[in-house]
Amino acid sequence: MNEDQLFEDLLQPGATWSHNMKRGTSLRIRDIQGNANVGAIFYNRENFAERYNMSDTLKAQHIARLTRGNVLYSDMGRILCSVTEDTVGWHDPISGCSNEAAVRAKYGEARYQEHRNDYHRNAYDSFVIELAKYGLGPRDMTAPINFFSKVVVDDETGAMHFIPGNSQPGMFVELRAEMNVLVILNTCQHPLDPNPKYEPRPVHLSIRRTAPATANDPCRLYQPENGRGFTLTEQYFL
Amino acid sequence: MNTTVASTLDSRKSGYDAIVPAGEPWIHEIAKGQYFRIIDCDGNQAADTLFYNARDYEERYSAQNTIREQANIYLTTGTRLMSNRGNALLTIVADTCGRHDTLGGACATESNMVRYAIEKRHMHACRQSFLKAIIGWGRGLEKRDLDHNINFFMNVPVTHDGRLTFEDGVSAPGKYVEMRAEMDVLAIISNCPQLNNPCNAYNPTPVRVMIWDPTD
Repeated sequence: MNEDQLFEDLLQPGATWSHNMKRGTSLRIRDIQGNANVGAIFYNRENFAERYNMSDTLKAQHIARLTRGNVLYSDMGRILCSVTEDTVGWHDPISGCSNEAAVRAKYGEARYQEHRNDYHRNAYDSFVIELAKYGLGPRDMTAPINFFSKVVVDDETGAMHFIPGNSQPGMFVELRAEMNVLVILNTCQHPLDPNPKYEPRPVHLSIRRTAPATANDPCRLYQPENGRGFTLTEQYFL
Repeated sequence: MNTTVASTLDSRKSGYDAIVPAGEPWIHEIAKGQYFRIIDCDGNQAADTLFYNARDYEERYSAQNTIREQANIYLTTGTRLMSNRGNALLTIVADTCGRHDTLGGACATESNMVRYAIEKRHMHACRQSFLKAIIGWGRGLEKRDLDHNINFFMNVPVTHDGRLTFEDGVSAPGKYVEMRAEMDVLAIISNCPQLNNPCNAYNPTPVRVMIWDPTD
């Protein structure tokens, strides 16, 4: 670990993790084996009613995918996290997450009784269980991001297509916290992944101390909307 | 490009018929089996809409579940409007517009500051109307219950390379979308007051809402 690194851990296949990310730190998520999927939701730690908003994130930046230079907007016009590094190039913000019925239909039943900790987990239940630890519930569940996964939309028809093999071993994405953020991650498979096998992948997590966004920060300069988003976020901490 | 399907219902036989003026909210229950029509009276008007299970508000419309289940981002005839629990709340049974958005979300005073200018804070926005609707309705609904909505009559194309744009509408005066309720639902509409982008052709106008009983 270098001296700025504060933490590292392995997030097991199908596992869930939550953390209070402090403004001034960055979380790096690294795909170890390739073909990882990391579902993610974000909340303002000081006011859980403020949370990551898919639509505000997409329309402020005119995007239907996330990569370096993009930011994650809350529903209150502020930036929860910035995507400061990305070697993958495309992360999916639109497809949502797996649920119990879909996982059973796709991969069959695998209960804890027979399979111990290899039992089949699904992303929706995993998010809601983790939310409950903070006094939150299904009403607080918001539209998650799927890091490392790519879903493209056909120009004419609007059809959605999952693109396999989007992430290779060693690829990573880094999120800089612009507020004090509750982040919840899990490594359940993407709901549109055509792989017929239950085969979630592990990822490596690390947190390091980082300087705040400068005037020339690429995320701030991505477009004028992000400049205003940073201004509003900085005003929150006055 | 878009397929349109007309309704067979007789407008004179609807049991409920109301106008929602531009910039105002509307909240109403629709019983299982009833048909619910929203009419774009003057064309290119965004009707921002949320649905809940009327017996249990914890079950509500999910934009992501809806588009993923049909593997298509556009809502039109045949689309099942899915809940967070994977149940169909309503099914679109007629649509003379041909395409509706559910990725663009609802405008807010806060997102208007980001998107247009910080000085836009004072301008009326859909999430103000949604909050007014649920505060008036009561029964436990709070801000955290306002999840991602449908934008009926709004055209928000996504390109193969991952860009998203707000385009001038595919709607026109008199176009409508009609749904059959698959359970008892609570509907909330914000008739969008946005003046900063072409979703309303820079001129917000009324929408009309009509409900038929299944026997009509």
